[in-house]
Amino acid sequence: MKIVIINYGAGNIQSIMFAIERLGFTAVLSNNPAEIKAADKVIFPGVGEASSAMKMLLESGLDTLIPTLKQPVLGICLGMQLMCNKTEEGNTTGLGIFDVDVIKFSSKVKVPQMGWNQIYNLKSSLFKGITENEYMYLVHSYYAPNCAEAIATTDYELEYASALQKNNFYGTQFHPEKSGDVGEKILRNFLELNN
Amino acid sequence: MLTKRIIPCLDIKNGRTVKGVNFVDLRDAGDPVELAKIYSDEGADELVFLDISATEERRKTLVDLVRKVASTINIPFTVGGGISSVSDVEILLQNGADKVSINSSAVKNPQLINDLAQKFGSQCVVVAIDAKQIDGKWIVHLVGGKVPTELNLFDWAKEVEERGAGEILFTSMDNDGTKNGFANEALAKLSQLVNIPIIASGGAGTIQHFVDCFNAGKADAALAASVFHFKEIEIKTLKQELKNNNIEVRI
Repeated sequence: MKIVIINYGAGNIQSIMFAIERLGFTAVLSNNPAEIKAADKVIFPGVGEASSAMKMLLESGLDTLIPTLKQPVLGICLGMQLMCNKTEEGNTTGLGIFDVDVIKFSSKVKVPQMGWNQIYNLKSSLFKGITENEYMYLVHSYYAPNCAEAIATTDYELEYASALQKNNFYGTQFHPEKSGDVGEKILRNFLELNN
Repeated sequence: MLTKRIIPCLDIKNGRTVKGVNFVDLRDAGDPVELAKIYSDEGADELVFLDISATEERRKTLVDLVRKVASTINIPFTVGGGISSVSDVEILLQNGADKVSINSSAVKNPQLINDLAQKFGSQCVVVAIDAKQIDGKWIVHLVGGKVPTELNLFDWAKEVEERGAGEILFTSMDNDGTKNGFANEALAKLSQLVNIPIIASGGAGTIQHFVDCFNAGKADAALAASVFHFKEIEIKTLKQELKNNNIEVRI
């Protein structure tokens, strides 16, 4: 199986590489459209600030490629947020895959949300064998509100979408690669999805 | 609900884990990678690696160690000690660290906080603040608590938040190594003053001390070293007791 992690200069890719290796797979980093298209699974990571990450996607032309991919694609954290219509962070237009606008938590809660929180209302084969209310590791200041494409929700200030799915596109606000054995199981589920 | 976090801190010197009493008299408490794996398996929520000799000796943090830890464990970890530039941070993040902790370098060059937040995002910028009370005022100290500054803890905390820090790791030098409990009053004041998470550090000796730092100190996370390294407190037992005290934890 060929796993490609999209390399567009955004943040901590090594953790995802290591997590995939622990599961017995190997992944390659690439920003090459042909290589990304030919992959069995594509992971779209993202750490950092939305507008500068989007700028890097635009410069590399990956913004037009990603929405056309046919194999399972997993956006993680900022990757998931960039797959939405837009995000308040840096007033950034996203890839428009998920039909939801990302907004900021209010100052009623500490921002960023940092730490372990529960996921529930699990609705996808991504969560095969995962029980409701498991804890995942999250670090974020912006969130996707609960919506039709939500496949998991989490409570922080309010109930929001902590994972999204539309057809072959998946997104998790949490970091499966940093969420202990349960997180690794979710990552494994993604890698074992049928194309 | 978002849980309170328990964070073992591995103080590293010459590639080994050490823990000092009031930062002197270092004792050897094992291999960092092995300890990291044990803590991860026992339910630690995060890990912090502090290269305690780095600031004094101008030594860069242990990139090889970061790689080994990142390839072994599946929970987040922070690396601190001797980090003074954007490129220092870049190499640590590239090798698998999730966050970095800066201390003296932030005091000497506060713009570093802005630069790191801008380049890597606030979520990976932890500002560590060591402070102790002098004439009733909490004064920020540098170089492992040896050198006092002009800065007041609360003013500095507010400033680092405004500059883009994602989290504050507050160590009370008055409490550190005493095992008499955390500096809960100062912690609670900090937690109300800023709107980013506060990690409590310095003074853990009993399970009750952790309960108090979350209830009275309103901390978001608690960090400790020797009580974990020498198995005076087991993380599993600690988290169960916190849960029994109605404190939300991941079990």
